[in-house]
Amino acid sequence: MHPLLKGKPGEKMLMLGNEAIARGAIEAGLAFATAYPGTPSSEIALQFFQISQESDLYFEYSGNEKVALEVAAGAAMSGLRVMCTMKHVGVNVAADALMTLAYTGVVGSLVLVSADDPYMFSSQNEQDNRFYGKLSGLPVLEPSSVAEAKEMVKYAFELSEKLGEPVIFRTTTRINHSSGVVELGPVKRRITGGDFKKKPFSYVCVPAVSRSLHAKLLQKYEQALSLSNENSWNMVEGNGTWGIVCNGVSYGYVRDALRDLDSEARFRLLRVGFSHPLPGGLIKNFLKGCEQVLVVEEGEPYLEEGVKALAQEVGLTLTIRGKGEGLFSRLYEFDPAMVKSVIAFYFGLPFTPPQPIDVSDLPEAPARPPNLCAGCPHRATYVAVREVFGDEAIYPTDIGCYTLGLLPPLNMGDFLISMGSSVGTAGGFSRATGRKVVSFIGDSTFFHAGLPGLASAVFNKHNFTLIVLDNGTTAMTGHQPHPGAEVGHMGLPLQQVSIEEAARGLGVKKVITVDPLKFRKTVEALKEAASYEGVSVLVARAFCPLYERTFPNHKKARAFYVDAQKCRNHKTCVNKIACPAFYLEKERVRIDENRCVGCAFCAQFCPENAILPLKKEVLK
Amino acid sequence: MNATRLVIVAVGGQGNILAARMLGETAVVAGVPVRMSEFHGMAQRGGVVESMIILGGGESVCISDGEADVLVGFEPSETFRALRKCNRDALIISNTYPVPPYTVALGKAQYPPVPETMSKIRGRVKKLIYFDATALALQAGSALALNMVMLGALAGSGVLPLETISIRETIRDKSKKSFVEINLMAFDLGMKALAAS
Repeated sequence: MHPLLKGKPGEKMLMLGNEAIARGAIEAGLAFATAYPGTPSSEIALQFFQISQESDLYFEYSGNEKVALEVAAGAAMSGLRVMCTMKHVGVNVAADALMTLAYTGVVGSLVLVSADDPYMFSSQNEQDNRFYGKLSGLPVLEPSSVAEAKEMVKYAFELSEKLGEPVIFRTTTRINHSSGVVELGPVKRRITGGDFKKKPFSYVCVPAVSRSLHAKLLQKYEQALSLSNENSWNMVEGNGTWGIVCNGVSYGYVRDALRDLDSEARFRLLRVGFSHPLPGGLIKNFLKGCEQVLVVEEGEPYLEEGVKALAQEVGLTLTIRGKGEGLFSRLYEFDPAMVKSVIAFYFGLPFTPPQPIDVSDLPEAPARPPNLCAGCPHRATYVAVREVFGDEAIYPTDIGCYTLGLLPPLNMGDFLISMGSSVGTAGGFSRATGRKVVSFIGDSTFFHAGLPGLASAVFNKHNFTLIVLDNGTTAMTGHQPHPGAEVGHMGLPLQQVSIEEAARGLGVKKVITVDPLKFRKTVEALKEAASYEGVSVLVARAFCPLYERTFPNHKKARAFYVDAQKCRNHKTCVNKIACPAFYLEKERVRIDENRCVGCAFCAQFCPENAILPLKKEVLK
Repeated sequence: MNATRLVIVAVGGQGNILAARMLGETAVVAGVPVRMSEFHGMAQRGGVVESMIILGGGESVCISDGEADVLVGFEPSETFRALRKCNRDALIISNTYPVPPYTVALGKAQYPPVPETMSKIRGRVKKLIYFDATALALQAGSALALNMVMLGALAGSGVLPLETISIRETIRDKSKKSFVEINLMAFDLGMKALAAS
């Protein structure tokens, strides 16, 4: 049985934040869940994916976040309890649907998890998705701890049901990827059969309908505002005259700081957990008791601006600060010592910051950047592309493991902004410069956001080669399935969609498929694709080696070694391919047989044919 | 705040997250408050993995520079990289067996000299213990048991508010069946290595 389904109410379990969120949803009677994976949200979906295989919970990995939200919307309109999970930038993809789903509202309940990533541990930006609450008019809830996340998710479903609209549940990486002790609660019965009652003049958002729906949304906003004002997730602690307003993980840092600074009695603390609509009445009352206020929030000054505006409404002139010189930054994550030192500085309290030991005279630890794995077929594709086009072509790239092709010596990646941008930007680069453009997109990203760009490029007669790096899975986020993935071995009765047929269906006339681990053939195919005037697609297909080794009956291929007698030490292999299975021993190239997956790619380069498969006798 | 703050650093694949989880599970059973946080950017792709474990009071979920009471490094250059987490009162337990990043393996970057750097650190913290934990893991039966050697040394240091016997029980409980004996032996070897140092 899945660990999150085990355990009796009252039992305590150590859970990852994302497990706690999933458990909260299960306790709330979740019946239907959708997701597109993305760090730091992915483990929530993983729990649902696993649970759906042993229960009547419906779960799907949808093609992208917009589709995930739309599938979720259909189920929620049919009365079910629904959760949809994604990373913060995924909400941008889903935003078109979200803004108007806010108008129609939902019949059952829908909780949209937005996992924000301050510091960009694994993201292209650190946007603050609390603003989606303001933009859409929908409620936003934000937990401060793992244990609270589970409880708050349950409330999110209640709130969604009560207001008849989606609720945004906003986390940060420090919640998603922290673990804490969680007390299990009872599990509500799952209702999996829904029904849809037609009300086209409430649900079909033509202008006349939307005009009345927007007014309804504002009424719900008022209702949400009064709930926010009296809500226990917005709590005031202490009755000093120094005010602190905070949210999320900052709450824990603030509480620890006040205790350590030994001045809890002087403070009054407002923790905002229901952050849209802001609890205006509560904040105004809070401010009346304060002489000065500090707002502690990662990201943008969302609370700070709100609190300042509310102070103006009641004619208060006390100092309210948050972001600024000497105070907090809009950049990156906070940490306990930083929060403590800003509080001490702002309120003039004595404080000795922790003193890290001096390491200025020690040798620097060598950087350990992530790298494409040994045997990764993306590396092979990049080596071939470099062989054919060198530095001449422009290389727009996309989001996935293959973004690491950016690193030397491959140097494959010139521009990247968002999922699917390799396709759209390629047209812009080639039109504007007339240069050769070769762009890269992964298989999952191709289905996520590559299709519209490709159709548009064909229609507009652009001229570039799109290389689909098809490793059969969504590798970067932990090997989730996607529409182009064959998932039979996982016991999933899903229909695989062909990348080549999709490309041809969108009007691409030149579609070639290669095994990138075969160097010469790949080079020939690249030349053929590139000599085609117009949009060409080259599918470079070989499994992700990490994924492949999870297949039933998978047998590891024989590793390779460098024959010291034959090797002339050109180091072509190291300089061109830079596979992490290579290492130098007394300036001679060696292959780590434990890391080598036996892809045989490097063997095709050695001018002396000195890279050979290990024979049994060589295997000691 | 009355808490023990631990930072564990390692290279992807060295079992850092599992070791942290074992400590966390032991704390739950023992009723010791525990909060943990992990950073594993692209661990499977050779990156750095960092776990933070806070045992005891307080609410923060991570550890600032200079706040760590204990730094455990599964790989020496990762120990060096994380030194700023420590203050003068910290305990450092480190493996000495290097796993060079590929940049070093390919001669594009320098790996710091391990014994020399270790002796420079000595005296800057309250206590520094280092030994070839990878060799002990192999002695126990598998290089993969490195995390249990380090856990054993940590338990042996006496800084944890947890009973050694309870950690052993967690290992017995949570290890893959075929690994229980190897893991326990690795744990014991780690404890002995610490006692001998």
